[in-house]
Amino acid sequence: MQNNENAPVEQHDSDHPTPAKYIQIAVILTLITAFEVAIYYVDAISKEAFIAIFIGMSVVKFIIVAMFYMHLKFDSRLFTYLFIAGLILATGILLVLGTLFRIFT
Amino acid sequence: MATHSTTAPHQGHLATTTGLDHRKLLMWTFLASECLFFGSLIATFLLFKDASVSGPTPQEVLNIPVTSTSTFVLLTSSLSMVLALSAMQRGDIVSYRVWILATAVLGATFLGFQVFEFKEFIDEGLKPSTNVFGASFFTLTGFHGAHVTLGVIWLMSLFIFSFKGKDGKPASKSLDVELAGLYWHFVDIVWVVIFTVVYLISSLE
Repeated sequence: MQNNENAPVEQHDSDHPTPAKYIQIAVILTLITAFEVAIYYVDAISKEAFIAIFIGMSVVKFIIVAMFYMHLKFDSRLFTYLFIAGLILATGILLVLGTLFRIFT
Repeated sequence: MATHSTTAPHQGHLATTTGLDHRKLLMWTFLASECLFFGSLIATFLLFKDASVSGPTPQEVLNIPVTSTSTFVLLTSSLSMVLALSAMQRGDIVSYRVWILATAVLGATFLGFQVFEFKEFIDEGLKPSTNVFGASFFTLTGFHGAHVTLGVIWLMSLFIFSFKGKDGKPASKSLDVELAGLYWHFVDIVWVVIFTVVYLISSLE
């Protein structure tokens, strides 16, 4: 059994972002979302370009939240590997199902 | 199973085999499994969204302005969550209470938007039993909403427990808040993907 009673309960890195940094990150996330919605109403862009832009911006937002708000950038690499393993498996499911049922064609 | 290190714990490391808190490790393992859960639901949605033999279709019912607003609300709740954790780590309990309550309120607001959206869809004739688009849409967004609901209950519990400690100190420790924060941010990034795939991409003509 793990004895957490004797272990230090808190475990933090001193280089976690400051509240001001968290607010800057929130502004960036909001701007990306606003840009996504604004571009949605532009008629001159093809559907393929829309999909590429939306997925690209979604990935950027995902990475920013995971790195800074979920502290993966500052925490043990083991957490990052665990999470990436889950993401790879999830993407695999998506691609396999998509190929099997021809979602992408 | 013994998990004690044979050496004394260094500063910032725990006396476990990994040197990491087991609860945090468990939370990340859970979140990795949740990636599979939501990945499967999103894949199922993509499979069925255009397979309905009758309407309404995604292009007919999805309301981008409303969902953009609820997305903004959820993104803002992620900010208030990290500010709550930051306040707890600084020992600023009053700020912690304000931010954790704000996060719960924003989460509840997001749920309000979801209820509004579901009601609108039902009024327009889209129910889970209407067609396969409806079934996959309500399953995916419903499960996400259930996760948000659980998160709001968790946040409210932390808020209430912040008044229950001894000597003016809250009963919760900052690791408790960090674990709730990890869950909350995960729910947020899942919504980032759902907003893009289900709403923006699926509603394109």
